[in-house]
Amino acid sequence: MSPLIIIGSGLAGFSLAREWRKLDSTTPLRIFTSDDGGFYSKPMLSNAIAGGKSAAQLAMKTAQQMALELNAEINSHTEISAIHPERHCITVNGQEVTYSRLVLAQGADPIRPPMQGDSADDLLSVNNLDDYARFRAALEGNKRVAILGGGLIGCEFANDLLAGGFSVDVIDPGTHPLAALLPVEASLKLQDALGQQGVNWHFGVKAEAVERAGDALRLTLSDDSSLDADVVLSAIGLRSRTALAAAAGITVKRGIVVDDQLKTSAPDVFAIGDCAEAQGKVLLYIMPLMQQARTLAKVLAGTEAELIYPVMPVVIKTPACPITVCPPALGAEGEWKVESTPLGVRALFFDSTEQLLGFALTEQATAEKTTLAQQLVQS
Amino acid sequence: MKKFQCVVCGWIYDEAAGAPEEGIAAGTRWADVPDTWACPDCGVGKADFEMVQIA
Repeated sequence: MSPLIIIGSGLAGFSLAREWRKLDSTTPLRIFTSDDGGFYSKPMLSNAIAGGKSAAQLAMKTAQQMALELNAEINSHTEISAIHPERHCITVNGQEVTYSRLVLAQGADPIRPPMQGDSADDLLSVNNLDDYARFRAALEGNKRVAILGGGLIGCEFANDLLAGGFSVDVIDPGTHPLAALLPVEASLKLQDALGQQGVNWHFGVKAEAVERAGDALRLTLSDDSSLDADVVLSAIGLRSRTALAAAAGITVKRGIVVDDQLKTSAPDVFAIGDCAEAQGKVLLYIMPLMQQARTLAKVLAGTEAELIYPVMPVVIKTPACPITVCPPALGAEGEWKVESTPLGVRALFFDSTEQLLGFALTEQATAEKTTLAQQLVQS
Repeated sequence: MKKFQCVVCGWIYDEAAGAPEEGIAAGTRWADVPDTWACPDCGVGKADFEMVQIA
């Protein structure tokens, strides 16, 4: 029998494999990956510097261990050049390999900001363990880090680097950190907390050029000011990897479009995780990914299942000011009601009938997240 | 008292601290955490997931 093939060995690919193996222990499974095929915890990449962790310490299991555990063949460092849905095969390093069913778990690429200057190629991003290893190597013996982007990943890295003894500048064209997720009062709380610990914020500007200046990298900002750093980390966002699917004629919007069974527009081809657009959304968090993995595992095992997202609070790992946010759905009508309590900011998003649609909590106020999540379920 | 770490998201369960906001009292041993319990950060179930003893 042709195997189930999974493309990608990140959290999406491995979580699916693990869930599916609980339901089907015998159907052959092959995993193709451009990485080395080991397992690591993705969320830990943005809080490992302070703990002094090397990439090797973050690698929990080797490809061999994973292959054994999952009764799978793991093909590391492979490049897939084409999918042929009509013939149920993919092209791997020039060879055609057939599948019974195919799961695309290819993840996302960091968005590269448009950048002038002779050192634009020195910009680093961290979206997998190899990236982390490169970042760690670049930090070695250095002190100053500039981060492009004050979103979730930018803020988590800023906090982690501060705790690791680095000086940190964050450059963001908006007005506050995490502006896309939080009401302004909660953003300000984070901004102050990280500021007090030493982050230099640069809001309302973009980095336009990066040039080598002696030992440093000199960033030119859009207000013509400049800033020197030893390492520049770009954290302005991620873009789903959709090229392979699109070239095969599979429907792609922001991500690879899937239905509530994680099925793409091509027969026997599924997609999951950061590369997938389910229910009209690409959600780059762990909880939706786990829901997708469980649902797809059942679908592949022949059980009826449909993707239903529970209330999914997002935890932002900024120890200077811990935050839990459950943002209201995009375009939801209503408003934030914000209280500043001794425990932290407690912001609730209500519609006109006083229904709770979302919340944002900072510091010790985050203890209320479970209770509020339950209220959201009931509403 | 031991600590266990969720391999998916890195969340740490410290037996000494418990998880009071999740309804698990301080001092609850990992073995006594209900099997239906799920990681508060990523939703991975206890039975499903390997927690790594880190201390």
